[in-house]
Amino acid sequence: MIDIITNMLSMCIPFSVALLLASTGEMFNQRAGVFNLGCEGVMAMGAFVGMLIPFLAGGGMRVSQWYNVLGFAAAAVLGALFGLFFGVITVTFRAPQGIAGIGLQMFGVGCAGTLFRHFVGGTQSIPGIPDVDIPLLSKIPVIGEIFFSHNAASYLAYIFIPVAWYILFRTPWGLKVRAAGTNPRAADSMGVNVSRTRYESLMVGGALAGLAGAYLSIAQAKMFSDTLISGRGFIAVALVYFGHWNPVKIMGGALLFTFAQTFQTVVQSFGISFPYELAVMLPYVLVIVVLAFTSRNDMSAPTSLGKPFNREIRT
Amino acid sequence: MTKGFKIAFKAVIILLAVVIAFLMASVILWIIGADVSATFYTICLEPLTNMLHLSEVLIRAIPLCIIALGISVAYRSGIINIGAEGQMSIGLLAFTGVALAFPDVPRPLLLPLALLASVIGGGVWGFIPGILKAKLNVSELLSTVMLNYIAAQFYSLCLRTIYLDPAEQVYGTGTPQSMRLTDNVWLGRITGRLHYGIIIAIVLAVLVFLLMWKTSMGFKMRASGSGARAARYAGISVGFYVTVSMVISGAFAGLAGGVELAGVHRRAIEGITNNYGFSGVVVALFGGLHPFGIIPASFFFGLMIYGATLAPTKVGVPANIVQVMQGIIIIVIVTAQMVLSNDYFRDRVWRRIQSLRKKEA
Repeated sequence: MIDIITNMLSMCIPFSVALLLASTGEMFNQRAGVFNLGCEGVMAMGAFVGMLIPFLAGGGMRVSQWYNVLGFAAAAVLGALFGLFFGVITVTFRAPQGIAGIGLQMFGVGCAGTLFRHFVGGTQSIPGIPDVDIPLLSKIPVIGEIFFSHNAASYLAYIFIPVAWYILFRTPWGLKVRAAGTNPRAADSMGVNVSRTRYESLMVGGALAGLAGAYLSIAQAKMFSDTLISGRGFIAVALVYFGHWNPVKIMGGALLFTFAQTFQTVVQSFGISFPYELAVMLPYVLVIVVLAFTSRNDMSAPTSLGKPFNREIRT
Repeated sequence: MTKGFKIAFKAVIILLAVVIAFLMASVILWIIGADVSATFYTICLEPLTNMLHLSEVLIRAIPLCIIALGISVAYRSGIINIGAEGQMSIGLLAFTGVALAFPDVPRPLLLPLALLASVIGGGVWGFIPGILKAKLNVSELLSTVMLNYIAAQFYSLCLRTIYLDPAEQVYGTGTPQSMRLTDNVWLGRITGRLHYGIIIAIVLAVLVFLLMWKTSMGFKMRASGSGARAARYAGISVGFYVTVSMVISGAFAGLAGGVELAGVHRRAIEGITNNYGFSGVVVALFGGLHPFGIIPASFFFGLMIYGATLAPTKVGVPANIVQVMQGIIIIVIVTAQMVLSNDYFRDRVWRRIQSLRKKEA
């Protein structure tokens, strides 16, 4: 029993990274007032590109770690470009964000699937990145296994959380982002370029979603498939609500949901007689329950979330 | 501003939108090194060349049309239903359940009963996000997506357990599918695989038109969608109509599942929903959220979806390209609509043209 629980907990940190990164990125979008439902599509593209580069370099064989780094970088750049594209649609043209996000999601998922079939073909695995045992700390029984023997990318992602908090709450840019999402008119009259700020945060959010996708394909699954993302982009959006637009709380949410997701792995690998499908359902049910409890009268929500800003129109 | 200019402005924007959509799709095709014009020919024209292809196109247009009608009702009432995929799955399960439970009931009774079950199943699955939106302000975009995944898992769980074909257990091949349903729930076929569901789809389109534009309920639903606050001041219970529209929307998707099962597959298998739920959103938008626009739109997208299945063998383009095109179409439509409704922009263009004319004169 202890074994099973240790096993589940030790999966939490590496498996939560994709949700964590995507959700933090979405948080930047929403703090600036843009609801980006296309996260799923951006993650799919990031996952594809992240996997493609080490695959092309080594054809599935072990390659220099720098190719994996290059994969991450390419996914981030591509994600930022998708963010830019979404900015053109929702900031410049002020299209309704919900439905435009669905369009972006279909476009991203469709592109990833199309390009994957052309450039890779069938299921191909890549060696991915190895786990790093942190000296001394990883030797502690149980705790070491749970916290200190994962891949390098997951450590970096967790280090990024306080950084994201600092950026959002302690830097001038973070203040601009929050102003653009809370009261864009006031921000505008104080000389903040609302459109520019929204564009920037969309690019940051897109880059993070791209990284999240690349993490899934390079570090977690070590392959790409059409069902790799399977709703993680949407869960990431829901986590932002759950975490009240705060990176630290989002981290807690990401861990909680990952714990729910690891349940299916445990069911599978330990042969517990429990319908597998019900275990897969669990995180999705959890999202709905959590949304039902957190959506009503949420005072911490950015007040201009989802509202396009037009400085030419009086309101 | 002259009237001629207004029309010309609209026409230019729409033309520009079409060109941009084609360009974006072409770029993707170019990246994968496909023959761009041959691909467009295969996807958009080739299926029209013979009757067999044409009937396959219509088969795909039927569920698209029914689902899109439901989505348009919800959209007009101010709630975006992207959960048709899940609602359709639940409709399929309900239909199969009735068909498996009462195989001996005569057809005039069983077929309507099974279709009604699929309507109720889809309606229940639509009610959940509707009531969550109305009472607890839960974003329907997120709840419907989550319900899609839940329904998909539930569907395969049922196929693997209670609905599993007894023959599969005997041979142990383990394909998750139900047994062939009794012919008492089959919809008749017109030609090829084309079934009478097409008439159901057209009748439903007329009914939706009557509901939305000729009854006070439809008016109240549209009022809730176009201005929730104003509607509330006018004494319309917005939450109620949002929920009702979502139930209707889910019921349509469920029915689409039932019709698809009764007309085409006649046994519950994996992959019947075939992304129709998401394509339905595109069809609804492309059809201008109006039943009489949705009918031609569903034909066009049926064409694209079927054309895309030909693409891998004919021009070596993966069928996923249809999803790319649908994404592009959504983005371009919503963007073009914003440009068209932006009077400031139109004004600026008009003034720019006037000043250019003056300079020339």
